[in-house]
Amino acid sequence: MDINKNKIEEKVRHNEENLVLQVKNLHTSFFTDKGEVKSVNGVSFNLQKGKILGVVGESGSGKSVTAYSIMQILADTGRVVEGEILYKGKNLLDYSKKEMQGFRGKCCSIIFQDPMTSLNPVFTIGHQLMEAITLHTDKNKEEAKKRAIELLKLVGINEPEKRLKQYPFEHSGGMRQRVMIAMALASEPDILIADEPTTALDVTIQAQILELLQDLQKKMGMAIILVTHDLGVIASMCDEIIVMYGGRVCERGTAEDIFYRPCHEYTKGLLRSIPNVDNMGQKLVPIAGNPINLLNMPKGCAFCSRCDNALKICIDEVPYEMEMPDGHYASCWLNVMRQLEKEGKLAVNE
Amino acid sequence: MSEDNKYLAEVKDLKQHFKISSGFFGHQTLKAVDGVSFDIKKGETLGLVGESGCGKTTVGRSLLRLYTPTSGEVRFEGELVTGKNITPLRKKMQMVFQDPYSSLDPRMTVEDIIGEPLDVHKLYSAKSERRDKILSIMELVGLNAEHATRYVHEFSGGQRQRIGIARALAVNPSFIVCDEPVSALDVSIQAQVINMFEELREKLGVAYLFIAHDLLVVHHISDRIAVMYLGKIVEIADADELNESPIHPYTLSLLSAVPIPDPIKAKENQRIVLEGDVPSPLNMPTGCPFRTRCQYASEKCAAECPSLTDRGNGHRVACWNK
Repeated sequence: MDINKNKIEEKVRHNEENLVLQVKNLHTSFFTDKGEVKSVNGVSFNLQKGKILGVVGESGSGKSVTAYSIMQILADTGRVVEGEILYKGKNLLDYSKKEMQGFRGKCCSIIFQDPMTSLNPVFTIGHQLMEAITLHTDKNKEEAKKRAIELLKLVGINEPEKRLKQYPFEHSGGMRQRVMIAMALASEPDILIADEPTTALDVTIQAQILELLQDLQKKMGMAIILVTHDLGVIASMCDEIIVMYGGRVCERGTAEDIFYRPCHEYTKGLLRSIPNVDNMGQKLVPIAGNPINLLNMPKGCAFCSRCDNALKICIDEVPYEMEMPDGHYASCWLNVMRQLEKEGKLAVNE
Repeated sequence: MSEDNKYLAEVKDLKQHFKISSGFFGHQTLKAVDGVSFDIKKGETLGLVGESGCGKTTVGRSLLRLYTPTSGEVRFEGELVTGKNITPLRKKMQMVFQDPYSSLDPRMTVEDIIGEPLDVHKLYSAKSERRDKILSIMELVGLNAEHATRYVHEFSGGQRQRIGIARALAVNPSFIVCDEPVSALDVSIQAQVINMFEELREKLGVAYLFIAHDLLVVHHISDRIAVMYLGKIVEIADADELNESPIHPYTLSLLSAVPIPDPIKAKENQRIVLEGDVPSPLNMPTGCPFRTRCQYASEKCAAECPSLTDRGNGHRVACWNK
């Protein structure tokens, strides 16, 4: 018994040492003319050193806003209302503007979805890459150029010397995304946020970029937050996954937990609704209804209007996060009810 | 004539070249589609896959004569599709577009959008008949009667795509070209729309040319699949056959690049990662268009372009080495 307890404590301590980023109860809202849009409503997760964390959800589920909140690059109307983002134990929300500039790029960088628009069309690739390098290090121009060539080689671009002098329009989508990755890695950050990095790319180019990200992760050991809506991409890349819906985390756990032992009705629905090798001849089982309107959030569980097994309590109260075994968490009243039933404590007659 | 009627649509050696101005006086030819042949039977779904820029959308549009083909012929129910007879033929073939946001007029109500094809083809004798027809089509695609007087901006992406499909169905066509109809939709909505396409096929017996880049979706909905690369079909076969035993090296790498939503299978999956990018269609390689990225490329590939040859069971492949 004691040995077990020690082991668990050791595991906890080990985990804490390895934490690079901890997000606690994050709430982000946008204040628009039509009212407050609560994009993120209490998101919590931990990011371990050298792990790939996948954030999956539909459009409007708050996955990108969560990423932008970490980098603090929200639009003018957006603000983190509540919560903490701890980087190595310090709250990012208390950082001054200058400290934040140091954090961006040096400790944490981001690559965006659209490689066509995230590079400046009027400057050469070299100019933009070297800008990122000189900004975060004290290298001079000559050294920065050397480093830029090194970086382009690292991300698998041929003839880097020639490419430095070229403009973004002379590169294909896949190459531009490689340049973006090179730029993000310029000062070897601890965290790389990839916001739908392959959505705008073709399948074969997507495979190249995913392979590259995995290689770089192994080489440089940074942690990656991979934001995407594609369950296929998540399955092949991630160690841990969080599933988001309506600005809340429905479920979080390892890739195996999510795909083989889903515990939230939304995750189950998603997995049933995608065409798979196993369900080829059969009808897909779609999730009924339409995505929710963030201006008009339901009182209880965000998913309850589309859930087949919704209970009365789902309409009235937000479910709390319950631990399924071993670090696999789900926020669903059905699990709570099942647990109570098992323990014979079900007093409320729902 | 009776033999011709076996197929609903036949495409023979379709070429669609576009002239692009370069410099002050120069012209370049962009070969978007370069010699494509296939046929579609009644009530059959042919999936058309390929990367962006390979000409799959152009094939769909040329088929409906939204473009005038450079050469080659398109036959529909045995009849040659030309500029002159296209209006009556459009009653039989329709299109659903990719983007449900830009393909519907924001200033028209749903009733008018679905009613417009009825107006064009004069398919009603009285106003009340028009309305009845519209309502029955709306019911077919899962829209409520009260939606008829609303404008498009009031609908979500999935519902808009339903309106787009209702518009295509209004004239009771036997063939619909679906150009990436689900790629702009969320995952949870995609399944709804895919199921609807399948139900409509069962109920109405329409045939589809289903253009998409998501191979899992295409495999799910199609009877047969054609793979395109740089304006040419490189492989065409039964959907299951193509997925289980692909022959063309491009199909192989395309299939292996599909992210599988299953962690264990995804880790076992050996991706065949293709080097480099798709060459520009303005500057096509000689011979086989795929040879610049193909690991089996030989001299013959550079000299001569392979044509589709039958490898049994209608599984046709265009490759010298495989």
